[in-house]
Amino acid sequence: MSVDFATCAESFHGLILRSLGRDFGDRLLPRGLEINVCDQVFLIASGLVWNVYLAALALFFGFFLATAIALAKSSETRWLRSPAEAFVFIFRGSPLFVQFFFVYEALVLLPRAGIEIGPITLDTQWMTRAWAGALFVLFLNTSAYTAEIFHGALKSVPKGDLEAADAYGLTGWTKFRRVTWPTMLRLAWPSYTNEAIFLLHATTLVFFSAFPAWQQMGDALYYANYFAAQTFNPFIAYPIVGLYFVLMTLVLIGGFGVVNRRLNRHLPRAARARLRFRPHYIR
Amino acid sequence: MFAFCSDPATLPQWQWMACYLTTGSHFALYRSVLVVLLLLALAAPLALGMGFLGALAVRSGNLLLKSIGTIYVSMVRGVPDIIFFLFVPFAIDQGVEYARHRILCPDWDQPVRQGNDFIVCAAAKMPLATDPLWVHNVWGFSLALFAFALVFGAFAANTLNGAMNAVPRAQLETGEAYGMTRRQTFRRILLPQMWVYALPGLSNLWMILTKATPLLFLLGIQDVVFWARELGGQKTGHYEYTHPDWRVWYFLGVLVFYLTLTWVSQRGFDRLMRKLNHGQATAGGEAQRKAAI
Repeated sequence: MSVDFATCAESFHGLILRSLGRDFGDRLLPRGLEINVCDQVFLIASGLVWNVYLAALALFFGFFLATAIALAKSSETRWLRSPAEAFVFIFRGSPLFVQFFFVYEALVLLPRAGIEIGPITLDTQWMTRAWAGALFVLFLNTSAYTAEIFHGALKSVPKGDLEAADAYGLTGWTKFRRVTWPTMLRLAWPSYTNEAIFLLHATTLVFFSAFPAWQQMGDALYYANYFAAQTFNPFIAYPIVGLYFVLMTLVLIGGFGVVNRRLNRHLPRAARARLRFRPHYIR
Repeated sequence: MFAFCSDPATLPQWQWMACYLTTGSHFALYRSVLVVLLLLALAAPLALGMGFLGALAVRSGNLLLKSIGTIYVSMVRGVPDIIFFLFVPFAIDQGVEYARHRILCPDWDQPVRQGNDFIVCAAAKMPLATDPLWVHNVWGFSLALFAFALVFGAFAANTLNGAMNAVPRAQLETGEAYGMTRRQTFRRILLPQMWVYALPGLSNLWMILTKATPLLFLLGIQDVVFWARELGGQKTGHYEYTHPDWRVWYFLGVLVFYLTLTWVSQRGFDRLMRKLNHGQATAGGEAQRKAAI
């Protein structure tokens, strides 16, 4: 396995953006004996774009849906509470892997020619692609898990905080935005950080479930698996992808730590130290 | 299965369905549910055992044991579990074949890795090419089982270690005051009391284990996901029972199966928690005591 600088630079140019499509690098992936370590390092790195894309957007949109569902779940009104409870039960009670399959098969059943609404035809093909379909499933899935975390935090908002808000004459939306919501976030943040980590890890499932990697555009694990199968050697590709995920997890913890410090900036220094994030192992 | 199933094309609706759902391949689907349950039944105690050993290693006074335990427990943090599920069976398979190769064929002079091939002598293949199919199936299942036990053992080790730390110090000191040795304190006081602290974590772990079982499909085992894909796909004229693409319905069934499984488990754990809380010096136990008065 000879790796010299020239081929390494070639690998970099040919593969670092390959996960975006054939037009962004070598048309064909390296095969069989052509594969060297640099190929593995750069192609797997290029796949991370997909993991980051899926995790970031699902997390961003999921945050808002989760807040809404958490509020609905804490609502007194039955017809708001029951659907929220059902949503959380369905998405937390079943495997994400099966959810991917189910939603994909449902999307495939949409008419190929598109749906005609009056004069315009709504194209449906793009929905079965991973960038849209898998993102949709991840979005719903993380919303359910996050809603449960936020719901727990909402229930633990100190009574005194709410009474103080009442004493200041805050009501309705203002009270929510200024008191309930920030406190909820503060309480939920360590668990929410965990959820973000698990979501990032869950993005590796996308190309192993129903969603096909179109034109060999896949995520980091897809490429790692490709190399392991091609070279029949699991001891290089999988450790590389594992290392990338450890690094990304550390970056994520760092980023969420910054937000956590901002959320708790009013606290005295000693109390702030106690809110240190302790990573969990399980979702 | 039924007497009237001889010519499916002419059957009325409900009889067609009854015949369709009792074909040989559907029984394979029903058996694959048992495979999932078998995996759960075997992986849970194995993971608990590995977790227990892991937790003991982390708490051990021996520096070597302690570092092995710490590495084992922290390896699952930061790396998606699916990478382990892909890596571990692959690596173990090659490792076992390599070990057998060294022992069984000592006079083999060629290297094991030639380019992209992994070549061992025929006698070292695991399982042997001449072995019957069921040996291959059992071997594949065992590899998957080991991967599950390894990953979930690391999760369980963390939970159990936390639970052992959660037992109030005063309880252990009482044991010491009675003159018990470290080992006796561990067996008589720590071990019985830790479960109430461990149960929330372990029940969570069970749920995650349940929801990880469809990953068996990725390891080439014919589980419910495999059969749902197989049976749901469009069946044209070549088949006895023709139908359009029904995969979405099959996956709906799989979804309902898993929802039922987690729902029943949740009910079971709630009952167990009530039982364990009985008479304990915890908030849950206190609430039970007050309710009983």
